[in-house]
Amino acid sequence: MTHANPTRDGQAYVVRGADLVGGGRADLLLRDGVIVEVGSLSAPKDVTVLDADGLVALPGLVDLHTHLREPGREDAETIETGSAAAAAGGFTAVLAMANTDPVTDTAEAAERVLDLGQKVGLVDVQPVGAVTKALAGEQLAELGLMARSRAGVRVFSDDGKCVHDARLMRRALEYVKAFGGVVSQHAQEPRLADGQACCHEGELSGRLGLPGWPGVAEEVIVARDVMLARHTGSRVHIAHVSTAGSVEVLRWAKSQGIAVTAEVTPHHLLLTTDLLGGYDPVFKVNPPLRPQEDVEALRAALADGTIDAVATDHAPHARHDKEHAFAEAAFGMLGLEQALAVVTTVMVESGLMTWDEVAAAMSHRPAQIASLTGHGRRLAAGEPANLVLLDPSAEGAVDRDRSLSLSRNNPWHGRVLKGAVHATFLRGRATYLDGGVTR
Amino acid sequence: MSRPDSALPPAASQPSAPSSGRVVLSSADVSRALRRMAHEVLEHNKGADDLVVLGIPTRGVELAERLVAAIAQVEGVDVPVGALDVTMYRDDLRRQPVRTAHATTIPSGGIDDKIVVLVDDVLYSGRTVRAALDALGDLGRPRAVRLVVLVDRGHRELPVRADHVGKNLPTAKAERVRVRLQDHDGIEEVRIVAGPTEGQAR
Amino acid sequence: MRHLLSAADLARDEALQILQTAEQMHQVQDREVKKLPALRGRTIVNLFFEDSTRTRSSFEIAGKWLSADVINVSAKGSSVSKGESLRDTVMTVAAMGVDGLVIRHHASGAPQQVAQWVDAMVVNAGDGTHEHPTQALLDAYTIRRRIGDLDGRHVAIVGDLTHSRVVRSNLILLRTLGAHVTLVAPPTLMPSGVGAWAKEDGFDTSYDLDEVLPQVDVAMMLRVQKERMSGGYFPTPREYTVGYGLTRERLKVLPEHAVICHPGPMNRGLEITADAADEARSLILDQVSAGVAVRMSVLYHLLASSEGAEK
Repeated sequence: MTHANPTRDGQAYVVRGADLVGGGRADLLLRDGVIVEVGSLSAPKDVTVLDADGLVALPGLVDLHTHLREPGREDAETIETGSAAAAAGGFTAVLAMANTDPVTDTAEAAERVLDLGQKVGLVDVQPVGAVTKALAGEQLAELGLMARSRAGVRVFSDDGKCVHDARLMRRALEYVKAFGGVVSQHAQEPRLADGQACCHEGELSGRLGLPGWPGVAEEVIVARDVMLARHTGSRVHIAHVSTAGSVEVLRWAKSQGIAVTAEVTPHHLLLTTDLLGGYDPVFKVNPPLRPQEDVEALRAALADGTIDAVATDHAPHARHDKEHAFAEAAFGMLGLEQALAVVTTVMVESGLMTWDEVAAAMSHRPAQIASLTGHGRRLAAGEPANLVLLDPSAEGAVDRDRSLSLSRNNPWHGRVLKGAVHATFLRGRATYLDGGVTR
Repeated sequence: MSRPDSALPPAASQPSAPSSGRVVLSSADVSRALRRMAHEVLEHNKGADDLVVLGIPTRGVELAERLVAAIAQVEGVDVPVGALDVTMYRDDLRRQPVRTAHATTIPSGGIDDKIVVLVDDVLYSGRTVRAALDALGDLGRPRAVRLVVLVDRGHRELPVRADHVGKNLPTAKAERVRVRLQDHDGIEEVRIVAGPTEGQAR
Repeated sequence: MRHLLSAADLARDEALQILQTAEQMHQVQDREVKKLPALRGRTIVNLFFEDSTRTRSSFEIAGKWLSADVINVSAKGSSVSKGESLRDTVMTVAAMGVDGLVIRHHASGAPQQVAQWVDAMVVNAGDGTHEHPTQALLDAYTIRRRIGDLDGRHVAIVGDLTHSRVVRSNLILLRTLGAHVTLVAPPTLMPSGVGAWAKEDGFDTSYDLDEVLPQVDVAMMLRVQKERMSGGYFPTPREYTVGYGLTRERLKVLPEHAVICHPGPMNRGLEITADAADEARSLILDQVSAGVAVRMSVLYHLLASSEGAEK
């Protein structure tokens, strides 16, 4: 690889010989934020040439589900460090969940997140607005004001909590129709996942003496919400689907033409509840890791499009919030930096998905769901130069200490994954290159 | 807790050739030695009054019972007999794999103001006897304590001396003294065997 | 065995050794000088994140009678709310040069986590709704003293199995010792996934106490907390007693030779009738007195030898 100065602003690039979304080799000229030309190109002067031989080029990834912790828990993650982790993971846009402190439940809060993201400039940080005030599940947040704000919020979610009140959920679904919004539901019936529940309820939780919650706690809400979506004619999005039962409901709902979309996390595509045997809180996550049967069903559903998108649910936590007894530790695990490698390992290597389908699940469809018009575009002349270069054959053990996230609750630590992000471009600027982010 | 039988001397747990080494006491020799020591104990004590015989597990217990039987033959008196486990009092607990404790049985009359006769198979470093004296101290206050051993093989590490010895056996440190008794082992003899003295620091 | 975190840490011969040594330790309780020097110079910390006077004092006496220095540290109250992590708390204690940590925690798995952080030997003195291995050892000890070897014996464990830490340890240990176990409870109080678990590990489950009781050698009754009613686990105490209590009528069905145990604390009149608790066939008081002996044996086996405690 040769490049004069990759960090210089206004730099133009020729990406040489990348496999374009698995469709064959081509060169890409990136200049002034757009893909200027695609084909067999000679490098003009003053253009940095990036040898992309053996690399796959994908449209910049879009994460529908990221926790950046700022404001409120800057000791676990900041918009800056989370953006860096996102860039390192091949993302060009992330949707920052609303469960910060204060909660993103006003236009002002949403604009603040947007501005902080723009200041860092490594990835487009698009705020998600809360559905209910303070995520309390009692009163709608100012959905319309958030939508009208500079942040142009379109995705609303109480993530971390379920909008469990059926009446409130119905109203939210109806209300966001006015501005083309979507409610992203954390599907979890609180009465079936009460108090100390901290893992999947099943044989292992019985043996470990850990209070769990069953898959049905998720499935009853998914079932209820697709019926509400049908009734209201609104869009509903199911966050982090984790069970085979939810997949069945989604498959039926889609067959009925109900406007439901769904996401699955990288960890639910690979990790199973068996990992809880040692009570390591790194593997404590909500929804919980499920048995292998669920994992298989999720992979199949992602492959056949029943599940639309992969979303990370990147959830950084400070050490002192994780190093508790399992039941008392915080829920959540890191995801941004390894998401693409997990999908490569689990879905592409196994032949379940093509690169085209990966681009759909990690870029096109999430951008559509979130109404992010500048993202999830094709790699074609005239399109914004948002792309990621992936080395699909690179293989290595994940080292949590090399993470750009502030936190270390990395469930992939020590695991060998295939596929390494080589470079990420946001509107033509290299945000990640040569193993480091470039601000 | 790796070795289930680590409390037993290696002889019991190592099935090495039974005929290795050389026999230094036969079954008849052991019986004769016990009879002689029974006489000596009685003579020294001027009869069987206040005697309590305590064997140190594992083989000391069988020897104690046989000593008491011999005393009964000579004197026509049943001397109280019991067992005194010293496992918890050993000074090498930390260096050895964990040993399972054996039973301590003190005759109903107790040991206060009694003449306690401790019985063990082999006297070596003297550490077992020291441990036994500590164990006794926690159980009561005997008027006197005497020591009977079947074999004294020398190499003392503590100022300990037996009152009655079945046989003095000069040995090299590298050798092992292997005692087998009828009830305990199904065969009776004392052998000197070449080999490490692991677990034999007695 | 370096730690005692689960009854599953004990192979059959190890469990039998501990029970055998416990017999010798039991005698010490009748002596004037109740002290053995085996753990002289060792320091044991009873680190209790949950109150349990009975278990704590039992471990404390056990350690002291073995001449160890025993310190009680109460870490009650959620450390989460204090901003200190479990690891912080434990490392602070361990940094004082502790040889053994006896840990009681209201959350399942805490002792397992701690064992990965510290050099000290860790004994699980009850964790959440997971295990309580020394309780299982003393139950086995008490039963064996009364009815002998557990090989081929049939033990019914009856009660709130979902929320019991005793059931898991007992199930594992009793099976290690060769007993056949039947878990008896209403479906709501069975551990989750018990069907698959029973199939894999080879034990039985039943919802019908009257069917099981005539065939058992041991009826182990577990405490049922009245608070469970609010969770919808059963409708009323009256209904629970009729279905699953060891009532006077059921005592007649229990075989003559069978024994009754209860790891306590008892809810007399709920899971066990007052008569049953005081019957000659009841081991309940023996269970209490055996606690110290069994814990002495456990501490001795784990701490006496540096060789056994090497990493």
